[in-house]
This record gives sequence, C-alpha cells and structure tokens, in this order.
Amino acid sequence: MLRVDALEAIYPDLQDRIVVTIMGAVAAELYTLGHRHTFFYLEHAMGLASSMGLGIALAMPEQQVVVIDGDGSLLMNLGTLSTMARYKPGNLLHLVFDNESLLSVGGFPTATATGTDLAGIARASGVPAVLEAGTPDSLKAAVASALASHTLTTIIAKVEAVGPKSFHMDLPLLENRFQFKRALEALRKQASA
Amino acid sequence: MPVSVTNSRLIYDALKACDVKIISALPETWLVHLIRMADDDPDMTLVRLAKEEEGIGISAGAHLAGVNSALLMQNHGFLAAINPIVSLALLYKIPLLMLISYRGHMGEKDPWQTQGGLATEPILRALNIPIWHLTNPADVARRIKDAQTLANAALHPVAVLLSRELMWED
Repeated sequence: MLRVDALEAIYPDLQDRIVVTIMGAVAAELYTLGHRHTFFYLEHAMGLASSMGLGIALAMPEQQVVVIDGDGSLLMNLGTLSTMARYKPGNLLHLVFDNESLLSVGGFPTATATGTDLAGIARASGVPAVLEAGTPDSLKAAVASALASHTLTTIIAKVEAVGPKSFHMDLPLLENRFQFKRALEALRKQASA
Repeated sequence: MPVSVTNSRLIYDALKACDVKIISALPETWLVHLIRMADDDPDMTLVRLAKEEEGIGISAGAHLAGVNSALLMQNHGFLAAINPIVSLALLYKIPLLMLISYRGHMGEKDPWQTQGGLATEPILRALNIPIWHLTNPADVARRIKDAQTLANAALHPVAVLLSRELMWED
C-alpha cells in the first residue's frame, strides 16, 4: 500500500481530530491532502510525536488524538509504548506507518526490514489493542473501530518506501505551533460551552 | 532515607500553587517524596517515564493543550533529554519547568555522580537555559513561581536545580 493512499482513505477520520505527525514524507503528504489547524507536524525530535500525543491526550481527555508515527521514529523511542500502555488513554490512537526504511534520509532499511515486529513489541508492552492493516480499506476499518472503541490502540500499517517528490510545506513550524495551540484552545472552549 | 520530607512538601506545594496539573518523572533518590506526593494527589496526573526525553514531548503536548506541567528529573536525566530540549522545546518555543536534582555537586560521595555534576551547569548555560538554585527553604515557593513565570513569558525552558542542602538531611 502507498502511504498517500492510506492517508487519503482515513482523511475523513482525521480532519476533525487532533493529529500529531512525525516529520518528513508523511507530514508533507498529510499537509498536501488538506491542512487543518488541529494538525501538528513535529519537524524534528524524532520519536517524540507519540509522547506529545500522550501529553495532549492526558491534558484534553474529552478530545480524540491521533498520532501518526513511523517505524524509524518509533524505534528511537520504544519506551513510549510502555508509557502509553501504562496510562492507556482511551482517547489516543497511535498509527504507525512502517515502510521498513528511513526514507527521508536516504532510504536505509530499519530493523523492521530484518524482522523486528512493531506490533509484537506494542502488544508485549501492554498496549490494550494492537491492529495491523495492509490495505487502505483495512486501515480505514481499523481506524474507525479504534476511534469507536475508546481504547488506546496502536495500528501498524505496512506501506511502500515511497514518498512525495518534494517535502516542502508552505507552513513555517512556529506558525504551525501557534496555530495549533489556538485551535486546541478553541476546542477546549467549545467542549466547556 | 534522609531525603527531606519537609522540603519536598514545600516544593510540591509550590508546584500546586503554580497550577501544575501534569508531572512527568523518573524515580531517583532525592525525588522519592515528590513522586509519592504527586502519586497520592488525585488532582495531579503523574506520568512515570521510561526515559526522560519522553517527558519533553509530554510537556510540549500539555503546553499546546493549555495545561501547566513540570518535569522531575535527575541531572543525568536532563543530560539524556538534551536532543528533545533542543529540537523540540527550543525549536518550537515550548516553556518547560524542569526540576533537576543536582547530583554530583558539593558534598557528593558517590563517584559515579560526579561527572554529571560537573557537566550540568555548563551545558545548561550552553543551551541558554536560565538556572535557579534552590538551597534555602524560604526561597522555594517564590523561585519556583518566578521560574514558571519566566518560562511562560519567554516561551523557553527553565531549570530549577534542587540542591543537596535542600533535599538531603545529614
């Protein structure tokens, strides 16, 4: 499956939710599909998108938060799985696109290319629901069921190591940061109104 | 264990007065009472980490979601979190209230703490992170409040160094 097709399939489930992505191809692809003020693209700090998502999920229990992670990033912060599993916020969905590659920095294979099983690690870390998806349709179904279940879920979606021609996004990172904070503030006000 | 309960309570109360709602922590000897106080407080969300760098992400998320947070870490934990401090907190102008137990400084008997003690302040200075030393119980509430105020005004991390004089009774 191509990640861009996968993102397109689940975009209706993302557009009205808080989304935190890692940097690189996936950020550019989601941005191109349609930026929303509730989307935050973590342009560095590899591995910490899931920790940020956990912080947001704990701070805003009334909102659903979707983290879009990657195999390279998750391998840099495997402890995040045990920390998320420890607190099990039901409003957090952790989606990992596994292309078995550090695509944005030359396409070198990650350890998932040589047998490391991220779904297995997530399960063994205690994440209460772990799903795997290999087609856009199965991913869409997995995302829908995870969001409906209100159970912390990690979805591992294998994708091809193909990205967009350009990673350019016409959105300076600080603009994204302040816009995102304001959008979350508006959600909070809406929820308490 | 001669960690000061009284002064830990002063620090905890100061964090509460700052409306801190989320504390991330990794256990270390000087922090035991603070972590227990956070755990026993039904109004506090305590996030026990696997590694300190996760705490930078959690505090960044909490800030963007409009909630005050603090980090409890040993100075070696601060050293473990340098990259996210640079490439998340400094890059994205995220205020962090870091309470750092200052191991390996004057009075340290454990040889294994001493290199971290020597490196802590020079590295904080290299990162341009303001430092407040907590040595005197009378300063605790004011200095923690002022540290948070500066962090929020500057959108920048601040370091509150918890000293042996404050934390350790012997």
